[in-house]
Amino acid sequence: MPRRSDLHRILVIGSGPIVIGQGAEFDYSGTQAAKALREEGYEVVLVNSNPATIMTDPEIADRTYIEPVTPEFVELIIAREKPDALLPTMGGQTALNVAMKLHETGVLKKYGVELIGANARAIAVAEDRKLFGEAMVKIGLKCPEGHIATTWDEALAVSEWTGFPAIIRPAFTLGGSGGGVAYNREEYERIVKGGLEESPISQVLIERSLLGWKEYELEVMRDCEDNVVIVCSIENIDPMGVHTGDSITVAPAMTLSDREYQVMRDAAIAVIREIGVDAGGCNIQFAVNPADGDMVVIEMNPRVSRSSALASKATGFAIARIGTKLAVGYRLDELPNDITKTTPASFEPVLDYVVVKCPRFAFEKFPGANPTLTTQMKSVGESMAIGRTFKEALQKGLRALESGRTGWDISARLQDDRLADDTLDTLRGALATPTPERIFQIKRAMLANISLEEIHRITAVDPWFLSQMHELVEAEREYAGLASVDEEALRAMKRMGFADVQLGALRGETEQAVRSQRWALGIRPVFKMVDTCAGEFPSNTPYLYSTYDEESEAPRSGRKSVVILGSGPNRIGQGVEFDYCCVRAAIALREQGYETIMVNSNPETVSTDWDTSDKLYFEPLTLEHVLEIVQREQPVGVIVQLGGQTPLKLTRPLEAAGVKILGTSPDSIDAAEDRRRFEKIARDLGVEQPPNGTATSVEGAVEAATRIGYPVLVRPSYVLGGRAMEIVYDEATLRDYFVRAVRVSEERPVLIDSFLEDAYEFDVDAISDGKQVVIGAVMHHIEDAGIHSGDSACVLPPQSLSAANGKQMREHTVAFAKALGVVGLINVQYAIQHGIVYVLEVNPRASRTIPFVSKTIGVPLASYAARVMVGETLEQIGFTKEIIAPYVAVKEAVFPFTKFREFDPILGPEMRSTGEVMGVSDSFGTAFARAQLAAGNGLPLEGSVFVTVNDHDKPNAVPITRRFHEMGFKILATSGTAAFLEKNGVPCATVHKVSVARPNGIDLIKNDEVQLLINTPLGKRAQKDDYSLRQAAIAHRIAYTTTLSAASAACDAIQSLKSKAATVRSIQEWQATIR
Amino acid sequence: MSILRASKGFLLLEDGTLFHGHIQSASNTPAVAEVVFTTNMSGYQEVFTDPSYRSQIVVMTSPMIGNYGVNGEDPESTKAQVSGVVVRELSTTFSNWRAGGGLAGYMANANIPILYDVDTRRLTRHLRTVGVLRGVIGAGEKPDAAAKAALDACPSMEGLDLASVVTTDKPYAWGKPDAARHIVAFDYGIKQNILRLFEDRDCRVTVVPSTTTAKEVLALEPHGVFLSNGPGDPEAVTYAMGTIREIADAKVPIFGICLGNQLIGLSYGATTFKLPYGHRGGNHPVKDVMSGKVLITSQNHGFAVKGTAESIPGAPDLEVTHVNLNDGSIEGLRHKRLPVFAVQFHPEAAPGPHDARGLFDDFMNAVEARS
Repeated sequence: MPRRSDLHRILVIGSGPIVIGQGAEFDYSGTQAAKALREEGYEVVLVNSNPATIMTDPEIADRTYIEPVTPEFVELIIAREKPDALLPTMGGQTALNVAMKLHETGVLKKYGVELIGANARAIAVAEDRKLFGEAMVKIGLKCPEGHIATTWDEALAVSEWTGFPAIIRPAFTLGGSGGGVAYNREEYERIVKGGLEESPISQVLIERSLLGWKEYELEVMRDCEDNVVIVCSIENIDPMGVHTGDSITVAPAMTLSDREYQVMRDAAIAVIREIGVDAGGCNIQFAVNPADGDMVVIEMNPRVSRSSALASKATGFAIARIGTKLAVGYRLDELPNDITKTTPASFEPVLDYVVVKCPRFAFEKFPGANPTLTTQMKSVGESMAIGRTFKEALQKGLRALESGRTGWDISARLQDDRLADDTLDTLRGALATPTPERIFQIKRAMLANISLEEIHRITAVDPWFLSQMHELVEAEREYAGLASVDEEALRAMKRMGFADVQLGALRGETEQAVRSQRWALGIRPVFKMVDTCAGEFPSNTPYLYSTYDEESEAPRSGRKSVVILGSGPNRIGQGVEFDYCCVRAAIALREQGYETIMVNSNPETVSTDWDTSDKLYFEPLTLEHVLEIVQREQPVGVIVQLGGQTPLKLTRPLEAAGVKILGTSPDSIDAAEDRRRFEKIARDLGVEQPPNGTATSVEGAVEAATRIGYPVLVRPSYVLGGRAMEIVYDEATLRDYFVRAVRVSEERPVLIDSFLEDAYEFDVDAISDGKQVVIGAVMHHIEDAGIHSGDSACVLPPQSLSAANGKQMREHTVAFAKALGVVGLINVQYAIQHGIVYVLEVNPRASRTIPFVSKTIGVPLASYAARVMVGETLEQIGFTKEIIAPYVAVKEAVFPFTKFREFDPILGPEMRSTGEVMGVSDSFGTAFARAQLAAGNGLPLEGSVFVTVNDHDKPNAVPITRRFHEMGFKILATSGTAAFLEKNGVPCATVHKVSVARPNGIDLIKNDEVQLLINTPLGKRAQKDDYSLRQAAIAHRIAYTTTLSAASAACDAIQSLKSKAATVRSIQEWQATIR
Repeated sequence: MSILRASKGFLLLEDGTLFHGHIQSASNTPAVAEVVFTTNMSGYQEVFTDPSYRSQIVVMTSPMIGNYGVNGEDPESTKAQVSGVVVRELSTTFSNWRAGGGLAGYMANANIPILYDVDTRRLTRHLRTVGVLRGVIGAGEKPDAAAKAALDACPSMEGLDLASVVTTDKPYAWGKPDAARHIVAFDYGIKQNILRLFEDRDCRVTVVPSTTTAKEVLALEPHGVFLSNGPGDPEAVTYAMGTIREIADAKVPIFGICLGNQLIGLSYGATTFKLPYGHRGGNHPVKDVMSGKVLITSQNHGFAVKGTAESIPGAPDLEVTHVNLNDGSIEGLRHKRLPVFAVQFHPEAAPGPHDARGLFDDFMNAVEARS
């Protein structure tokens, strides 16, 4: 059946901000869905609150609503747009839950909107643990033995049956949120109660543990005529008990015989039929008992997922795109295979390579958070690598994580492998607990000659994977012991995925020496295609990976080309924003007639969609891999300034290897990053800087801090996302910092800045063609200085900025761009204290605010940046003047604190947010309110505000609390704050401090007697009271702020929410009001 | 043992293209045969024991082979049948609860060489481009005179009757003696999973040699007759055509798979031809012409019946039931009036997907209808 002609307008729901468990993969799927629908002539209406995505760029859909992805707002959009259908399967659990809510409340029926892709019944059966279990029994499949509980008492009864360990899975949550493995009664109570709270229907499934069983996933697609294909099988290296998002996974399955695989395949087909996903895709997870092959179905997701994005990239079968076409009526055999273009999509991809996906974690950002991997996902990003063998792909995958390992390497320091000491007992003990470092602990165990049998017994990692890893250990030993290295040995090592730098380390040679020898021996990688069919049919899509084999397939077009280096795995501080910039550049340069060549290792993203560029190299972003690509492609140049720190770090080495860097020169990039060089530039330009110094020893740091005066901001040089950045108020804390957080040495200097208290920060983004500089935007941070810019809400245009200060910042920015010879983007951060503008830092590269600014001013800055980098002028492009939008846009950060309950959720100079949302309106209050709603920080319209602030903040708390009082809120405060407020005429009731008496603030929060918490930390070291209050607020989903400026903004927002009914408007309509 | 070095081996194709690798071989005699590739990602043991791969060197496009070892349940015949195997990486260890040993040892016992560490993708792309070729696997950096001579002496697959080589010497019984139905199966190289599926459907099977006559078969009073898969050129199996027509004329339901499909075609006037590089794998989409349903099928054939979805030249009594969606070739046919039908792909799978297993039930329905 061809496309449905009874549908005209289709609403696609996005997934909102990037959070743990719901990442950039939904930008990829949403973008593909919108493109696929428009290709078919449908009118596409899109809703997503995340501005950092390609999918929310105005040209992707007919109308794009950057609004909260909540039932309330989606209903407003439906009422306004009256779509014929809603596609709920492209925006993760968020979109699915919203769609279900709209179905249940009758909104879809009221407006005559049809759910396509997955119907309500299918979603309900797949998501409801009880219904799903019943459905599986009906088709003769087993689920893990488990019972449903909806109360703690029920759960208690279940535990008598399960015993420990027990697995807890809340219904309808994403990324296994709120779930876990309980090894004892205490953990059980904590996880069950948390899970019941987390589940929107207060339902948890409690299963007997299948720890140690092997875990698999199949990606399945089905069309309206009941044709079904399996796109990909995935095998987890980490056995059951670790969330698949946190596991190292391999595609295709490695240790299943055909007989076992076909049983699983049959089961998957039975599942998708029984659940009734009529036209679309789903992901089904299985567990297999390694002792006897007994198989159970763990769960199914009736939508695209992180795994489906991975499977798409792993196979070349675009699941989201095809799924969308199936949803509008096509059959699989009516759709072409997009890679071969000569065969139909009704087939199952075959792989002649191995894919390994590695999760990237951010525990270093959350000291104290529990790093044990459980059924609740904790990773923030992932790398994917393709090799011809498992060994090669594993090494490439770990290398691509960019977490300091050049492959499957142990760390020089025991603690970096999460080991307390170097005894075998410690190592054995560590192996028993899955953590991000366990894969490296396994290598240590092999090096220590612990037998593979024992490692298997402790970790339950399949012996096949262990023996593969052991071959790497043996190869290293043999190679290190060679009298001399010949071609045969070196080639054998390269075929096992060893990087030049790893090989050098084995024999005490430099990376450069190894490379020279390798090249002299003629050992170069070849590039092979991912073609869905293992070479059976010709393929026209240059989706490539490197390996060491005989034949290279990378086509040569002879056209002038540009290589764009992507940003690697998502991490805190380097997220989807940078991928956005790379994608924009690729599209822009393609339009300008260049052959665009993307290099990236992140399977979640739009940049690694093989349609985005003319060629895609799915490779780790290291010097070796990039050099081999550049040497083969001979591009006009390489773009490094759009992908964040990952490509930026390669600038100098690439230049040294003779590679042409496009745009701002490597020397200028260095000048901006090098403290001393930069200081001189700022001085020469007459721009004020906070007093600062650089130290290479603890004593030097103390000296510098004394000279500058406390408080100071300390951080290691060359960091991203404010890693290990802290505000220090006294010498003792400074000394402690060097014990606790950072080592300082000649090679690793530490930067010390005066911390500007009570200052406001501003971000300025601008673009320069080398001659002309145009301001993109001046943004005002809502949080005070000292909160990382990525974690602070910000508003555009600034709401309280003197004309003089605004002019100064613009002039400074132009001056910096010219002084540094910027060609491309520049971001400058300023602080204004007592009317004086200080420059904090200059980044001659794309900043994370580029997509937000682009969406606000209606100018694709990253596209223009790419064009000026290849020689166009801003004049030619037609962007010569700053655009001031006649509306207000607010960006708010989104945090993963619910996943790291042990961690104090306070903001600081180290970035901790995983994503962002945007709110647009004609007033600040409404825009801020919208952003808060989108970020999941529901603001109360009535009730009680609980205030407990430090002495410094008390005077400023008065006007804010007064406004809350005037809006009808009851003000509660702890004794000190209460006395101060009363004295200043704000009526309030006193609440006991947590440690003093009861009922205290926590009790009130738990009893729903508090609707908003305003709590500013008492000095640097948050005290226990504060900490537990904030924890309680998060656990009970109560709005809270930790700064007064945010409290004030919340006040504006609540006022606007109370005063007018919400309306929605698309970004295209907003942008049309410019000029 | 060195992990960085191993015995060198090569594969030389008849067009002179040379591939390097490492070799595991029990004998010094070079192995010569037609070189074909299969894209099955799992099921190497089934492939290597499938009699249809007789006199072929099989290239596995899937790069990691041997991971789950070998077991006693998965072989498709009593022994490994291929002439040689070419893989990207041969796993030295295995892990699977059913495994009874490693693949390397299994093949060594069968005296079949494995050439590994080969750029199998280059080889596959080459075969895809120029068509299947004869080749020789041998030890050493490059072929010596003996290897070249052996390659020159290797016969072409065209015109070869291999069914009579792999068929059983004498009839044998499979399944429970008291089963409800009796099927006579011609063994042109039958896969055991076909027999298992008949057994599952309450049949006992008498497996007979390929040259068994119609009279002998009819004397066994079968409820249905099955024509098996098998290696070689169907046109060379000259003795089968008359036999098939005779049985069909006796109104005994006939079901054929693979070579069986080609033989039915030939019996009714169709011609067969050699595909450029065959269909071998477990992911080929086949459309059921009547229902429009798409089956993901297991395939292993180098020859096919000439024709299109609309017609089979020379065979007006036959109609097409299935077509391949990749290249439009005929994947299934049936007699317009008699209960005779066949498919080119492998509904018994092993290895491969089970989508088409219903065809066995269709055959049983035909048997019931007749009985």
